[in-house]
Amino acid sequence: MPDQSNQSMDRNETPPARLSLNATEYAFISAVADTMIPADDLSPSGTDCGVAVFGDRQLASAWGGGAKLYRDGPFDKGEPEQGYQLPMTPRAFFAVGIAEMNTWCIETYGATFDRLSGTDRTAALTALESGKAKIPSIGGKMFFDALLGIVMEGFFADPIYGGNRDKVSWAMIGFPGLPAFYGDKMDEWRGKPYVVPPKSITDLL
Amino acid sequence: MTIKLPEVDAVMVGMGWSGSIMALELAKAGLDVVGLERGPDIDQAERFSMPYIRDELRFSRRLELAQDPAMETLSFRHGPADTALPMRRLGSFLPGDGVGGAANMWGGHTWRNLPNDHRLRSHLSQRYGAKAIPDDMTIADWPVSYEELETHYDAFEKLCGVAGQAGNVRGRRIAGGNPFEGERSDDFPTPPLAPSLSSLMFADAARELGYSPFPRPVGNVSRPYVNREGVALGACKLCGFCDRNGCEANAKANPLTCVMPKLRGMPNFELRARAWVSRLNYDRKAKRVTGVVYVDTRTGEEYEQPAGVVVLSAFVFGNVSLLLHSGIGEPYDPATGKGAVGKNYCYQLSRFGIDLFFEDKYFNPFMGAPGTQMAIDDFNADNFNHEGLGFLGGAIITCGHGNGRPIGYRPVPPGTPKWGSEWKRAAKKWYQHAMTISLSGSNYAHRNNYLDLDPTYRDQLGRPLLRMTYNFVENDHRISEYCMGKAVEIAKAMNPTIMADPRVRRGDYDIAPYQSTHNAGGTIMGSDPKTSVVNRYMQAWDAHNLFIMGASTFPQQVATNPTGPLGALTYWAAEAIKTSYAKAPGPLVDA
Repeated sequence: MPDQSNQSMDRNETPPARLSLNATEYAFISAVADTMIPADDLSPSGTDCGVAVFGDRQLASAWGGGAKLYRDGPFDKGEPEQGYQLPMTPRAFFAVGIAEMNTWCIETYGATFDRLSGTDRTAALTALESGKAKIPSIGGKMFFDALLGIVMEGFFADPIYGGNRDKVSWAMIGFPGLPAFYGDKMDEWRGKPYVVPPKSITDLL
Repeated sequence: MTIKLPEVDAVMVGMGWSGSIMALELAKAGLDVVGLERGPDIDQAERFSMPYIRDELRFSRRLELAQDPAMETLSFRHGPADTALPMRRLGSFLPGDGVGGAANMWGGHTWRNLPNDHRLRSHLSQRYGAKAIPDDMTIADWPVSYEELETHYDAFEKLCGVAGQAGNVRGRRIAGGNPFEGERSDDFPTPPLAPSLSSLMFADAARELGYSPFPRPVGNVSRPYVNREGVALGACKLCGFCDRNGCEANAKANPLTCVMPKLRGMPNFELRARAWVSRLNYDRKAKRVTGVVYVDTRTGEEYEQPAGVVVLSAFVFGNVSLLLHSGIGEPYDPATGKGAVGKNYCYQLSRFGIDLFFEDKYFNPFMGAPGTQMAIDDFNADNFNHEGLGFLGGAIITCGHGNGRPIGYRPVPPGTPKWGSEWKRAAKKWYQHAMTISLSGSNYAHRNNYLDLDPTYRDQLGRPLLRMTYNFVENDHRISEYCMGKAVEIAKAMNPTIMADPRVRRGDYDIAPYQSTHNAGGTIMGSDPKTSVVNRYMQAWDAHNLFIMGASTFPQQVATNPTGPLGALTYWAAEAIKTSYAKAPGPLVDA
């Protein structure tokens, strides 16, 4: 059966130039984005919404390089309630997580994540979410949370970061975006759906 | 080599709410004042401007206005026998970075403490007997009463233009306000913000059950307002970007908007940003500090700034760590109960509530501000009878939409997957139709919850990190369970299509997810130098020219937001410095 979710990268379209991810990593993030945000009547696929471009740019940003992260040793796993304790920056974290997840996918399904069928991708992500997929350096659950986090950021952040193309997610749920001047609208619209075509930062420049 | 600067009358360590208010009050009294701020100065017109200020990723997720843990963080463990590890990234709470401090990112909630919060131990002992307070619950009376602070609460509200509905003005009871509030000398400066549908539904249900809902007071002016310093504030636009962001409308009160315009014009005030104070110079014999040492974070050069009066006005953790780094006062030891520096570190009970879904209601969640909420105070503090309940303290129960920013706000009913087509359908279906009843509970001090210095980890300047030893205790869990029961009754009365399982506050404290920036204690006020760090004028017992501001002076934490009392205490201490200390420097209270 042809699998719709694998077709988001149009073969005729040149893949976007990358800032931080290598080709394998980019294919992985694209496949995750398309599995978490499949193309359907509500939106195009995650990749077509720019989520992979978003992830690539974020990991190249100061945040990706470990800004606002305390990185001195010694390192110890500690209790989960003590928060993130790995030495890795987000950029390194994703590189390691992607490599280890691909290894698990090869062992389990015989191919890297991006080469799996839609059904197997869903099964693999579900295994990661439940902690069943082994990501030795990070832990499956933590890596899943990071993937879900960056995909949802890419889907819902302002389009200036490369995701949420055409404000598609905002239109989907009904978030009007900018300018968000509602001082005179609260009383008028209380209890009634306030629906307008969303505007983003670029629209107001 | 340290460069020694000429002495000034007063120096502020930190230019958030308390540092800026204190600087202004002392400068008005004619003192030469220097304000030191570790972070940058902020030009609001440029930095908090449209359209860039409406950026959820930049401000809410990457936390542009928050402190940088790579420069200084703290370490954390649950109990005195555990090993602390550094808080490597911010999560549970968000101290600020730069002039204005955490107030640049706050939600604006501005409460007063209840009169009984000011005499907590005496009040509870009187009502329930001294034995009702467990031995390990180290709560204490404030050495300053609500009545003494009243005009100062009023002053802070008139600095911020707080929007609210009074319940008790000079003894006159006003319907629609908080019936439990202490007597006020004046009404709120501006009327409440326009309420959201969710807050009105909550209020109706609460009223039917016999409770007294009122608009949550908030430092977002509801209409244009000129504050007590002559600064014009604009009306709140209900943009839904308040918390973690700056405000382009000059509607959300913060030091940059409410204080700095006046302060910058004072010839006897000098602001030095990017000045990171590493220690205070302490003359133990003379019981005074001679000045502060700071690093210019642009060049790395070290300066000594001598001063007649030193005001510690950093965030809670900065205040405590600077005392410990400077050898001022006796560090608290939980084994013996001796020492006061670091004692009674408290937090607040947050992150608990109930999500409700109404198929036929449209909430427009993106329209709002934190002040478009309604609250009840019926189960807060000692506003209800605790006999036989097995706990002390309580929670406020609140409801309303403060924001609909979609990276963070995507309500779906329980059991919905977190991703995939089914998730997308649910996210679209319910975005307009969900609301939450939230609770915030008091956190009474416990002998094992405290702050000291970490033996292993260091900050960028090479100083030991502050170490937090903290966990929730049985009293906290019981507050959470009891007050949640009340919230569930209100939720049921609202008759939602779907009611999620209540998120009760259970288990160990987790430093990773955001809860509240309502940390308190560590340099607590009191009447006895053995068990407190500052006296009733926020003057250090061990250094008479050192005054310590902010929530680090609170002996325990109330259920409401700490900024109102923090502002009031700053005005109160400023008055003591101006009228008493400046004329005759020395201890204002006999030890």
